[in-house]
Amino acid sequence: MTTIQSQPYIVNVGPQHPSTHGVFRMRVTLDGERVIDVEPVMGYLHRSVEKLAEERTYTQCITFTDRMDYLSAMSCNFALVLAAEKLSGVPVPERAHYLRVIFAELQRIASHCMGAGQQITDAGAWQTPLLYMFREREKILDLFEMTCGERLTCNYMRIGGVSTDVPEEFLPALRTFVAEMPHHIDEYEELLVDNEIVLARFKGIGMLPPDVAINCAVTGPNLRGSGVNWDIRKVDPYGIYDRFQFDVPLGEQGDCYDRMMVRLKEMRQSVRILEQAMRDLPTGEVKTPIPLALRPPVGEAYGHVEGPRGELGFYLVSDGSPAPYRFKVRAPSFINLTALRGMVLGGTLADAIVTTGSIDIVMGEVDR
Amino acid sequence: MTRLIDGPELAARLRESFAEAILEVQPGWLVIAREALLPVMTHLKGDPELALDMLVAETAVDYEAHFEMVYQLASLRHNHGVVVKTRIENKVDPETDSLVGLWQAADFQEREIWDLMGIRFRGHPNMKRILTWEEFPGHPLRKDFLWVERQGPPLLEM
Repeated sequence: MTTIQSQPYIVNVGPQHPSTHGVFRMRVTLDGERVIDVEPVMGYLHRSVEKLAEERTYTQCITFTDRMDYLSAMSCNFALVLAAEKLSGVPVPERAHYLRVIFAELQRIASHCMGAGQQITDAGAWQTPLLYMFREREKILDLFEMTCGERLTCNYMRIGGVSTDVPEEFLPALRTFVAEMPHHIDEYEELLVDNEIVLARFKGIGMLPPDVAINCAVTGPNLRGSGVNWDIRKVDPYGIYDRFQFDVPLGEQGDCYDRMMVRLKEMRQSVRILEQAMRDLPTGEVKTPIPLALRPPVGEAYGHVEGPRGELGFYLVSDGSPAPYRFKVRAPSFINLTALRGMVLGGTLADAIVTTGSIDIVMGEVDR
Repeated sequence: MTRLIDGPELAARLRESFAEAILEVQPGWLVIAREALLPVMTHLKGDPELALDMLVAETAVDYEAHFEMVYQLASLRHNHGVVVKTRIENKVDPETDSLVGLWQAADFQEREIWDLMGIRFRGHPNMKRILTWEEFPGHPLRKDFLWVERQGPPLLEM
């Protein structure tokens, strides 16, 4: 009987690789099929948004936020305008509050469609479930286009409200969408919950214990997948989120399956919020007029929202000039990646791919 | 609503053990001495009444006279948060203690601060650049970073 000697070797997964969700690179050290070390390498999409923002007005900075997390531009807009409003004290009209919630929740559904769909594609269910979800995402993007003319880089929210009121055809279209969406989520669940591929590839893979998740400051569906009840909309309600009834879905053990399930269940809760917001939507102004070059008083503010990927925050420091003195982004995708190493060590390379997919990163936000 | 434990309240809680470490008390935050960073943070994390178990964000700001480190902490158990700051007067070769030993969340964030702001972290196991490449000249977020010569007039002349 001869024993086979193996020696560690290094594989570069990415930056040009379909399963790394953009230009993310994992430098994986393998012993046979086992991952013995992994080094995340990032920065390929670094555009130095934080520096660029230091010579633009606060309103101009909103365009940068679209290009950070390009799958959830509305949530990024929301976080920045919240921080800027905290800093400058600009009031927000009632109707704008509701429109913000409507668009943020639509964005969450669209982003989770992408997140959960892509995760399953990584596991080998090539494209079919993803295209089911893209069908609904498409309808949401149509709603965005109808309102602000853009599908991905929306640039919709403004300091003191939103850029424009919704057109006449928006509410009927939204009503149809909200009525249909629960059936589509049923469809996804039918397709995925007991699916053999999903169970075999996701159950018990990429475990993230709750204490590790908290220590790594992992937020969003990844944290809730580990069973930690922490949703900024509930624990620190921003805007008017305290007026809505919704539940926070939680996972049990923190594997890839739980993270996917949390995303699917959150879509349902977002539909609930949409129903309530649509019902209560008041009439009136949508924007408080502000000067072209808004000069917030000297000071600092931190505004955060529960984005589709976790706590998305902006820390702004003002020196009284029209441009922020410091523009810091608390990017959830970037910080969630801290936990990646612990999640994939000891598993196989194929599981590492699935685990990376389950964290649901967007490189535009990781690299900024 | 996540309650922000304001500066005076946090100072009152820390005064017993860290009276000399408190440099400045502001409504929204507390400035502590850089040398006392690790003991104070260990206390904030370990004290059962504070139990600040999540390092939400760590960042640095480049002021004229000093660098300011800003630490935002949150407690998931009590649903409250604090903001703690330290100052680094050395503008040429700034250095401070790393928090990786307490919160792993500091790992990438401190590498980002080193990369973009040029502040070194003592005790960080992998103090390498993260967003730019190793040979990149300078630290872009510093105010004195040489910006590429601009085409046309400055953007902000309104």
